[in-house]
Amino acid sequence: MTSPPLAVEMRGITKVFPGVIANENVDLEVRAGEIHALLGENGAGKSTLMNILAGLYRQDAGEIRLHGQLAQLHSPSDAIRLGVGMVHQHFKLVDSQTVAENVILGLKRPAFRLDMKRTAREIEELGARYKLAVDPGAYIWQLGVGEQQRVEILKTLYRNADILILDEPTAVLTPQESEELGQTLRRMIQEPATRGHAGNKAVIFITHKLDEVVRFSDRVTVLRGGKVEATIDTAGSSKADLARLMVGRTVVFQVEKPPFQPHVTPEQRQEVLFAVKDLHALNDKGLPALNGVSLEVHAGEILGIAGVAGNGQRELAQSITGLRKVNKGQVLVRCGGIQGKLKEVTNHTPHQIIDDGLSYVPANRLGTGLAGNLPISANLILKDYRKEPLSHGPFLDRTSIGRFAERLIGAFQITTPSAERPVRLLSGGNLQKVILAREITAGKAMLVAVNPTRGLDVGATESVQRTLLEQRAQGAGVLLVSEDLDELLAICDRIAVMYEGRVMGVMPAQDANRDELGLMMAGEHIQPEA
Amino acid sequence: MPLTLERRMEPSRTANLLVPILSIVLALAAGGVLLWLAGVNPIETYRAMLHGAFGSAYAISETLVRATPLMLTGLAVSVAFRMLFWNIGAEGQLAMGAFAASGVALFLPKLMPGISAWLLLPLMLVGGFLGGALWALIPAMLKAFLSVNEIITTLMLNYVAILWIQYLYYGPWKDPLGFGFPGTAPFVDAAWLPRLKDTAWLPQLFNTGRLHWGLALAIVAAIVVWLILDRTRWGYEIKIIGENSRAARYAGISIVRNILLVMILSGGLAGLAGFVQVAGISHRLQQGIAVGDGYTAIIIAWLARLNPFGVLVVALLMAALFVGGDQIQISMGLPAAVAGVLQGAILFCVLGGNFFTLYRVRWTSRRAVAQTEVTG
Ligand SMILES: Nc1ncnc2c1ncn2[C@@H]1O[C@H](COP(=O)(O)OP(=O)(O)OP(=O)(O)O)[C@@H](O)[C@H]1O
Ligand SMILES: [Mg+2]
Repeated sequence: MTSPPLAVEMRGITKVFPGVIANENVDLEVRAGEIHALLGENGAGKSTLMNILAGLYRQDAGEIRLHGQLAQLHSPSDAIRLGVGMVHQHFKLVDSQTVAENVILGLKRPAFRLDMKRTAREIEELGARYKLAVDPGAYIWQLGVGEQQRVEILKTLYRNADILILDEPTAVLTPQESEELGQTLRRMIQEPATRGHAGNKAVIFITHKLDEVVRFSDRVTVLRGGKVEATIDTAGSSKADLARLMVGRTVVFQVEKPPFQPHVTPEQRQEVLFAVKDLHALNDKGLPALNGVSLEVHAGEILGIAGVAGNGQRELAQSITGLRKVNKGQVLVRCGGIQGKLKEVTNHTPHQIIDDGLSYVPANRLGTGLAGNLPISANLILKDYRKEPLSHGPFLDRTSIGRFAERLIGAFQITTPSAERPVRLLSGGNLQKVILAREITAGKAMLVAVNPTRGLDVGATESVQRTLLEQRAQGAGVLLVSEDLDELLAICDRIAVMYEGRVMGVMPAQDANRDELGLMMAGEHIQPEA
Repeated sequence: MPLTLERRMEPSRTANLLVPILSIVLALAAGGVLLWLAGVNPIETYRAMLHGAFGSAYAISETLVRATPLMLTGLAVSVAFRMLFWNIGAEGQLAMGAFAASGVALFLPKLMPGISAWLLLPLMLVGGFLGGALWALIPAMLKAFLSVNEIITTLMLNYVAILWIQYLYYGPWKDPLGFGFPGTAPFVDAAWLPRLKDTAWLPQLFNTGRLHWGLALAIVAAIVVWLILDRTRWGYEIKIIGENSRAARYAGISIVRNILLVMILSGGLAGLAGFVQVAGISHRLQQGIAVGDGYTAIIIAWLARLNPFGVLVVALLMAALFVGGDQIQISMGLPAAVAGVLQGAILFCVLGGNFFTLYRVRWTSRRAVAQTEVTG
């Protein structure tokens, strides 16, 4: 059997940013009718390579062939014209517009008269064909991340993409949603390419989840430090093989969770560090999001919150940190660490709650957690700039700030040539590290973290989990919201499941199993709330 | 359409350097054609403009005098813009600053006869600052507490402020000895900002002209603004809010408080421009105080990319354009309209040029366009 024709051929691609070689002499071949995974550590150059293929960046050297034809990609519209569609790591949708409006955004065809009815119908047909149901009339802000992603994919399908690029598409999805996405992609590559090209459609997807690589992809290309490490067939390679190629060393997938906390006495472990009682709050649309949530986080404990995204986890985190109005109920925080006193902070300002020592890793990094155009250093001091030695009275101390930033960049291995670069130029995983470095530096006794390892490579995930466990050993209390059950099972002491704004039950992690948790996440009461 | 516009994904460094230079060259060329059509020698006219703006100590002094209020309003607008607060109201804040400073200058000496300049001028300065600041506080509060769009409120309040000072100098404050001239009585001598030529200890660079100490005030203001933005916690907060207000809230930065504080600073700086105009130039409140500097300030702030020292430089160039333009009316006998059109052409090219640092124009062949087919 002859191998199928090549959909994409990138040869000797080099891309240099000031101070960084993002891609160095990269060769990538993607066959028509295959799902090709792109793997690599944070900052390895995956997004950059794909942005070149999507016409967003121009390579400094090298050539690109699409279906055998040399392609000059000067802009995204060139790439779209040639059938390349990309769904970016950070979605590019207009919140205040409908799904249909977003799908046709930037298209030239409807010159003056927009036939929205027809567009809506076409979107529905496409959705039905690929099992990507969304309501074309819904506004983007009303949709969850999973649905938003479907819109992004529909957008590329509507433009008749033959080559679909997905940059970390499953980072924000629940396991079920990821599975469905996998099916959709499988369906896509069975469709013949359009524009008279030979062979079927092709998919390239970037991910840090090795399970998915093994399950969905036909072949994998691994990048390391901007260079191609290897391209291999997925069949016959294991997660461990892939991880070794990526990192260049053997990776432990399970971090060790020490059963006891050496620095915390049993009495201290009884201490509640922060808690919520009968919490009620509304979501952005003004609908009830929290319907009486009560939880306690003890010293030296990681309390996990499991649940399908959109069941109130985000609102819970925001209510605790003062970013969302609490309508009923209480938020309690122990100020000044273990020795301090538990006091009510319901509806206090975020500033007061930060001063009380509660850190917060939000879900939306560029949206909430960072100021994209400001330097990395300015972003690292976001929570601490009011304190000595970073500022003295009203004045900032630039020397201390520089030193502080360098220290965190080193400690969290943030890949960047300098602390003064705009933070938005960092790779997705390094953005996440900036937030983590800021929020879980030593001395922070209470932490609320939403999906802290999202978008991190295996090595970084491991080190974040280890850091959380270290904090726990020092007596910190952590509320960890995650959609990744494996992560919760690996590092939590107790796991609470949220469903429709309520806690369905709390159980010790060692007694929990995936099936039971899954049932509770779907709304079944297993065990009454303790 | 074979020409397409594309947003630059990576800001081009060559474009950043080349575009301003090219646009000035283009502006001069376009203006040259206009002048040529008007029947005058472009080269000579440009020479006359340059000479008019910088050709003599007197000309330089006039240019600096013209630049001073532009610097202050430019700074005013740029601090507010840093926080993405669209203060279009520097014109009105300038008028209210002039009003308050004039009020102090006219009435305080009546209460305290023989008051010294060392007391009166600082009080006028504070008055001017407060006049602008309080006026700016109105739209700031409307925005902070009721989310009323500041572009509209600041703009509308300009008309109120300008009509208010007109009412004063045509009505209750009008100089009874002024032969019907619209303006207040002249200030007492102690309320005059000293001129540089009268300042004995200065080397006599400026032994002529109206240049007054307001220029020093503008330079100090630029340094203070830079210090605030670059070196203080407050400036850091302003930048965070301007970049991402959600992140600011998340970091515990009060947006309400900062809107109020920044507008006090912004309005106050514009008010200082009003103060220097009445105390340094007109020595009374009269027609011709609010001549659009608050609007020119917006252009200045953008061209300077909101950098305080950039504001000083751009304001100076803008003033040169104004003063030089006025001069060619006299020296070349050109109608005022030609000078105005020339100024317009130059501004148009420079502002338009800015666009090309962000976008690039590309020629797409017909064939490629024909291939652009999208189907549902
Ligand atoms: N526009 C840019 N300007 C300057 N440097 C950039 C730019 N985009 C990316 N880089 C740098 O290039 C390198 C590769 O980044 P890239 O985003 O391709 O990584 P990645 O493999 O996608 O990582 P991640 O898994 O974290 O998303 C990083 O060091 C990043 O800082
Ligand atoms: Mg990436």
